[in-house]
Amino acid sequence: MTVSVPPPDLQDRRTWMGLLARARPERLAELVPDEPDPGPVILRQPEIGTVMVQGRIGAAGSPFNLGEMTVTRCSLRLESGAVGHAHVQGRSKDHARRAALVDALMQTGRAAQLRRDVLEPLLRDEAGRRLARAGKAAATKVEFFTLVRGEDR
Amino acid sequence: MYVAVKGGERAIENAHALLAEDRRGDTGVPELSVVQIREQLRLAVNRVMAEGSLFDPDLAALAIKQARGDLIEAVFLIRAYRTTLPRFGSSRPVDTGAMACSRRISATFKDAPGGQVLGPTFDYTHRLLDFRLAAEGQGLPKPATADPVAGPVPHITSFLNREGLIETDRPGDDLPPDLTREPMELPAARALRLQAITRGDEGFILSLAYSTQRGYGRTHAFVGELRIGTVAVEMDIPELGFAVEIGEVELTECETVNQFTGSKTEPPQFTRGYGLVFGQTERKAIAMSLVDRALRWKELGEDDTGAPAQDEEFVLMHADNVQATGFLEHIKLPHYVDFQAETELVRKLRAEGAARRQEAAE
Amino acid sequence: MANPLTAETLGGGFDDAPIQSARAFRAALDAMARPGRIHVIAGARPPAPLSAAAGTLLLTLADGTTPVHLAGDIDCDALRGWITFHTGAPLVPAEAAVFAVGRWTDLAPAHRFAIGTPEYPDRAATLIVEMPVLEAEGPVLAGPGIRDRARLTLPDPEAFRANHALFPLGFDTFLTCGNRVAGLPRSTRVEDF
Repeated sequence: MTVSVPPPDLQDRRTWMGLLARARPERLAELVPDEPDPGPVILRQPEIGTVMVQGRIGAAGSPFNLGEMTVTRCSLRLESGAVGHAHVQGRSKDHARRAALVDALMQTGRAAQLRRDVLEPLLRDEAGRRLARAGKAAATKVEFFTLVRGEDR
Repeated sequence: MYVAVKGGERAIENAHALLAEDRRGDTGVPELSVVQIREQLRLAVNRVMAEGSLFDPDLAALAIKQARGDLIEAVFLIRAYRTTLPRFGSSRPVDTGAMACSRRISATFKDAPGGQVLGPTFDYTHRLLDFRLAAEGQGLPKPATADPVAGPVPHITSFLNREGLIETDRPGDDLPPDLTREPMELPAARALRLQAITRGDEGFILSLAYSTQRGYGRTHAFVGELRIGTVAVEMDIPELGFAVEIGEVELTECETVNQFTGSKTEPPQFTRGYGLVFGQTERKAIAMSLVDRALRWKELGEDDTGAPAQDEEFVLMHADNVQATGFLEHIKLPHYVDFQAETELVRKLRAEGAARRQEAAE
Repeated sequence: MANPLTAETLGGGFDDAPIQSARAFRAALDAMARPGRIHVIAGARPPAPLSAAAGTLLLTLADGTTPVHLAGDIDCDALRGWITFHTGAPLVPAEAAVFAVGRWTDLAPAHRFAIGTPEYPDRAATLIVEMPVLEAEGPVLAGPGIRDRARLTLPDPEAFRANHALFPLGFDTFLTCGNRVAGLPRSTRVEDF
């Protein structure tokens, strides 16, 4: 299936949806406010399923099926009409519901506040985790030094 | 004669209760938590995810606990659970070139851009039992940190590509065959073979790969590159009309560079074998790439030497440990009727033989 | 791609998918096992003009691996969006369909649909035919799953007779009307009056 690259305004949404999906469920629970009142209409109840992960033959060739991963999805609609979707790794229904809620709220007047209170902390957490891991790996990089060259003999 | 019998219900219940008690072991010893297994037996968790063909570390850890550490039983539990879940779709092919690597080595290029990053490896350990681990609560060595390499680390085989010294994989976007949905049909496309091998039994794939190194379908493999790290998983969401990241998975990828003297159809060049496996599973990924390369003999115009690793039917139909153990272990279950029939047959043959001998003697 | 994210498109799914889809699956199974017997099937509230029964069958049976063909006025934006959102099924022409939904006159000619192969007779289409009425009266049915005789409203007895003649190949059919469904597998004979 081919799907066109999203127009620029969707790029922003793609980014926050990915960030919400990668977030640790417990961290998202700390950051995400209680559901607005009246609560959202659930369009698709949080549901656990799988997604088949594909790789490419030789990293660059044709796709093949590598195996599945667990994914939970949810869709809901706010009173304002904004619709939020989530597909998040793992089996946490709360994670999917919160991610869908934030996705919907990001399309409302509360976007700036949520960006500050939810997305930016998540981004900082993630960047910190990645940097720490990459830094430790970098310290195991081999620094070669030459003892004797074959042609020196 | 077929005799239907019932019974054993109470024996089975009691056996399962005994199993549960033995699983727990000495109650004077604290119970192992699923999180402890996930964090501290991570390579076992990875193996169960790879062979169970389901990336979910918590589920794999639970399966290991339930299976009392029997990893094939744990794989079986994961496969059974997987069948209860709806499949939402397929991801886009993951981009291993954008992997956040925690390990990345090459046996062919010392000075590869990005360097040789050892990561959390058993290599260069002395394989001496460390009795400090037997004493709990010991302090941990603190891993050093250094400035990470900025940006993605390029695949090493891309350097050989530039000179045309190695075959190139033609990119495509064909819908790959899926052995979890359609019964395997032979001959199998390379995509189907890779799916079967990546979820195949590590011991079986390892032994096959070793057999190619010892001369049964030799392919002269070097590890061009081995990398371990996390990649983003992206999926097209139909109701949105665009793709989003839904999570990330840890993968081990191995690309072998194999000597190839050319054939009727191909010039002399290096060829490739490919391994890609869930989790940090480096033995499996290397073995996978060797077996993948051995199975490509026909496509590359090589000779069939009759080696097991070249025999697609042999490799693919025997790689799955859940299938194998299911068929193997079923012979311990009641076969009273089959055996009775065989006993009758043997008695009859013996009686006929005795009668013939008697006749001859008279 | 048409992407109408309307309330109509996104609503009307199962409220409790595991339970409702299991009940609906059971009803679908019974309908196929007892051809001609009418079952009530519910749970989905699809956009018009699709019936609740046909919508519930689609939510229960279709997914990303089962291409669906929409015929006639069923092939509208609201239903396209609804099926995509709730099932993920790709929408395809008649020849590629695993499921095809519509009124009989829109589905005809029926020979466009997959009838399976001798090696894999299961690779055949299942038609979901929307009926103006569905009652236990009309042509006489006989065959597996029918004790003596059954009667069922059929849109075109001759077409089902021709389909049965292909057995073990042939398509299978659900007939739907409101919240009612009946099955007509390829194994069922449609007898002369």
